[in-house]
Amino acid sequence: MFEWLENFSYIIVFNILNLEKHSPISEALSFFIYDTLKIFILLISIIYIVTLLRSYFPIEKARAYISGKNKITGHVLAAIFGVITPFCSCSAIPLFLGFLQARIPLGVTFSYLISAPLSDAVVIAMLLSLFGWKIALLYIGIGLFVAIIAGIIIGSMGLEKEVLIEVKPIDEMNYKEDETKFRHRLRESWEYSRDIFKKIYLYVIIGVGIGAFIHGYIPADFIALYAGGDIWYAPIVSVVMGIPMYSNAAGILPLVEVLTSKGMLLGTALSFMMAVVALSLPEAMILKRVLSTKLIAIFFAIVGFEILLVGYLFNAILQ
Amino acid sequence: MKIEILGTGCAKCKTLEEAAKQAVAKIGGFHSVEKVEDIVKIMNYNVISTPALVVDNVVKSSGKVLSVDEIVKILKES
Repeated sequence: MFEWLENFSYIIVFNILNLEKHSPISEALSFFIYDTLKIFILLISIIYIVTLLRSYFPIEKARAYISGKNKITGHVLAAIFGVITPFCSCSAIPLFLGFLQARIPLGVTFSYLISAPLSDAVVIAMLLSLFGWKIALLYIGIGLFVAIIAGIIIGSMGLEKEVLIEVKPIDEMNYKEDETKFRHRLRESWEYSRDIFKKIYLYVIIGVGIGAFIHGYIPADFIALYAGGDIWYAPIVSVVMGIPMYSNAAGILPLVEVLTSKGMLLGTALSFMMAVVALSLPEAMILKRVLSTKLIAIFFAIVGFEILLVGYLFNAILQ
Repeated sequence: MKIEILGTGCAKCKTLEEAAKQAVAKIGGFHSVEKVEDIVKIMNYNVISTPALVVDNVVKSSGKVLSVDEIVKILKES
């Protein structure tokens, strides 16, 4: 699909810049040009399509569906809705309280809160185009599993008193159907995609830049030796590294792509990515306004532990 | 008219507030534009995706950054 881009990057590196073939600098540079452009094209088109589709699934609709379902169904639905509804970390609090107001149990609310950033539709589409459908499906399945199980565990611990703000239940859930015209939606989605792109393009360039450096200068053996498969603690290191890093998953994917091609096991790489997107310090700070530190710590511990399990599981299966 | 912008303080909320002020300047007259950051007040409007635009205690839009023209249209209809 992207051969023309590869050729384009070769033309720049070998014909225009006249760099020597198979040298680290030409390897790194051609990779950088090729991968940056490829990811940009993928990102813009994927975000645009996903945003357009998502405008038909507002969070309010999801909330109305989930409330009143029994618990297990609630967890499953909440996790699935997490994949398709839009979510940005600044809406974490209103969303969280809005779910509780609708009498959706705490655990089910957490299933949504975990699933939404973890299995973002844009990330899934990117995984699909970079790694193929098997990995994408496996990732979705595991993302849903983590969200459902973590939600059930948190729900069973009786932590309702750890919500620091009084939640007044509401009864009427008048959800007004959005009658925005299709042409209007097209324009809105475009504006939204442009905004997102502006926000993350730098991260992508940095991610690909690091990737290109690794690609050209660091031999595969090096990564295999220090972050590779046979080291039992590799997933732990990657999760601990991932938490303070806060990036959009789309920004971190190029790095994951390079690391795996250099010998890092996919489970370790996915653990890293999940830790970056699902457990972020900024999100914890936002949630601190409504949740006790204890509940946030429990939330991080459970999700972190599950992400680790996922890493080990993936490494064991795909070996 | 009482115009309120509901938002917890993210970039989108500020953009909407700015657009609302410009819209008010465009239609003229005396209208109060107020930023509501208190989470309890936001919840009382039953809004779960911010930023939201509220005109005379009625939620007109939520989860979207409206353009100045869109806000002008909403204000004229209210």
